[in-house]
Amino acid sequence: MRVSVTTSVFIGLMASVAFGAPAAAAEKTKFEFWYGLSGDLGERVQDACKKFNESQSEFEIVCTSQNGYDTTLQNTIAAYRAKKQPAITQIYDAGTLDMMLSGAFVPAKKLMADNGYTIDWNNYFGGIANYYATAKGELNSFPFNSSTAMFYYNADAFQKAGIDFKPDTWEQVEEAARKLKTAGYECPLAFNFDTWPLMEQFSAIHNQPLATQANGYNGLDAELVVNKTKFVDHVKFFKKMADEKLFVVKTKQLGMDTVPAFTSQTCQMIQTSIADHGTIGKTLPEGVKWEVAMLPVWKGTERQNSLVGGASLWVLAGRPEAEYKGAAAFLAYLATPEMAEWWSTVTGYIPVTKTGFDAMKANGFYDKVPYKGRELAIQSLSFTPTSENTRGIRLGGFTQIRKEFATALEAIFMQNADVQAELDKTVERGNAVLRRFEKTYAGQTLN
Amino acid sequence: MDKRAAFRSWWLPSLFALPQIILILLFFYWPAVAVLRWAFTLEPPFGGAAEFVGFANFKEVFADPLYWNSVGVSLAFALCGTLATIFIGLVLALAVDRQLPGSAPFRFLYILPYAIAGPAAGMAFRFILSPERGLMASVNAAFPDFWNPAKYGSHALILVIVVFAWKWAGYTFIFLLAGLQSVPRSLIEAAAMDGCGPIRRAVDIQIPLLAPTLFFLLVIMMTEGFVGADTYGIVARTTDGGPNHGTDVMVYRIVEEAFRGLNYSGASAQSLVLIGLIMIFTFIQFRFIERQVHYK
Repeated sequence: MRVSVTTSVFIGLMASVAFGAPAAAAEKTKFEFWYGLSGDLGERVQDACKKFNESQSEFEIVCTSQNGYDTTLQNTIAAYRAKKQPAITQIYDAGTLDMMLSGAFVPAKKLMADNGYTIDWNNYFGGIANYYATAKGELNSFPFNSSTAMFYYNADAFQKAGIDFKPDTWEQVEEAARKLKTAGYECPLAFNFDTWPLMEQFSAIHNQPLATQANGYNGLDAELVVNKTKFVDHVKFFKKMADEKLFVVKTKQLGMDTVPAFTSQTCQMIQTSIADHGTIGKTLPEGVKWEVAMLPVWKGTERQNSLVGGASLWVLAGRPEAEYKGAAAFLAYLATPEMAEWWSTVTGYIPVTKTGFDAMKANGFYDKVPYKGRELAIQSLSFTPTSENTRGIRLGGFTQIRKEFATALEAIFMQNADVQAELDKTVERGNAVLRRFEKTYAGQTLN
Repeated sequence: MDKRAAFRSWWLPSLFALPQIILILLFFYWPAVAVLRWAFTLEPPFGGAAEFVGFANFKEVFADPLYWNSVGVSLAFALCGTLATIFIGLVLALAVDRQLPGSAPFRFLYILPYAIAGPAAGMAFRFILSPERGLMASVNAAFPDFWNPAKYGSHALILVIVVFAWKWAGYTFIFLLAGLQSVPRSLIEAAAMDGCGPIRRAVDIQIPLLAPTLFFLLVIMMTEGFVGADTYGIVARTTDGGPNHGTDVMVYRIVEEAFRGLNYSGASAQSLVLIGLIMIFTFIQFRFIERQVHYK
């Protein structure tokens, strides 16, 4: 494999020398960038590409949406196997370990150093960078669109129900839910079976492990342990609340997911991504007062930083040298404070660097009405320095493990399965996924 | 004396057959061989050393109780879906074939759903039949959980079968109508003269004469139910295989395993098993059901 990669680089170089040489002075270097965002967010990526192409005359980036995070990963794999990979590709959080072990990329640090850019790597927020970095803290890919889970509540409904406190703890959430119910609100809190806020974020901010080996950072032999942590009690609490009809399941299969349930004012509290902040503000009728807050914690918990979600940009191996210059230029361009601010403004994703965030804070971005509250996402992400349980999740086949847990939650909440028994079973199934992953990458170690 | 038209040389017929042969090699045998190779090895998704593991992938598949669950779900789906599709298509075809005044537009209308992609139909039905927002919401308000595919696996299975039947009934309708039109009019008229009603005529004359068409549709629809792209599309858009694996049909499981789980080896092993199962079913159909079919 290694031989064929070098060969293809060599052939690529030969080809570029043979065909590109005469016109090299006038011709721009073209390179490809595949991304997974679609719809409105996909359009914004196109805007970013256009801005880059207009900002300089040496390179031309060609950006193609693959319509979805998972399809981008699949297509990247297929293209890499056929040696037709793009120079840059956007891979979601759950695909990070697959990329890291693939050997199919140029590490971020090396790319920038080779092409003469000095990047202050400490400028990235620790909670964001560590998700995509090696165990030693060196970035493999560039954090791009980053988010974290937040808690949203309808302040008007709170006022009508006579709730005069902010739901900072789950005890307070329960009290608020009871008051809302008494005041006639049918659905005080909506939740679905997405494990990201309920399991992953909950575990991080309560300093609970998902798996051994520091959530997989220290080795591929990690094993899931969520059936023995506070997460079990948390699910039991949700189950109790659901039985009392204080917390209500809202999924697309039932007719409405949590975000539409909140924006249609059917339900008064939800947990969802900060990336939905823009949508919620735009969709709720004008005049409705709503608030965003950090995820609640159990009383007496020392809150830890939450985990970053979203995707990062990977530079793939096996492209001609000239394309790497362009890729480095593009990534450096995205990291400029102006672009960081532009990207956060038009999308709702959070800035990934401290200087980007400071610049936005300084010019009053977070005081303006539609953007107010988004700074809490940064506060949540950088609440404490990252620790073993809050650095991130480095587990193989994590998309599949997520699905297993979502199914377990479905069994628990829709079909009354026993919480402990169901989670035990799911951990066992998840561990089987991890063992197979370990076997697939036999002999490889995490660096 | 051989009456068949024959080519004198061997290269001309080969030349004519060549495009088809290339297509089959490229799009059927090559992928099949790749799947075969994958099923017996463990290879990282990005490529690299493919380690030969013998039957380990198959053992893993067979040891998983959820795999057998998905075989059962697939069987139920394919069987009920096929019967519902053929029954609806047959009733519609019989009705249109009577050529009552105004039946011409229906001939066109009944075919229409077939033109809609399975995933799109699935998406539409998810909304139409959603328990809290759709048509059944008012019924559910009076009788809680009367219809709740998000809660009961059986309801979810009915939901995906309904979408499948809705879409594919148009397809069986075309074949059955064509079949009915080749039934000699004189037979039907004679029966009518003898005082047979439309139902009696259908049961005693038309359906027996349709046997070859019905058998053809049985085989085609069973295969479609098991491996059709629509089956995956419908399940992915309506239930996501849930609730709690209630609609986890085999194709859905394979696609999820391969592309979400990036477990190409396990998925390849599962597809080989699926191919085997279909061969067995088709064999059974030809061996035991085709005997009852009279072509002349």
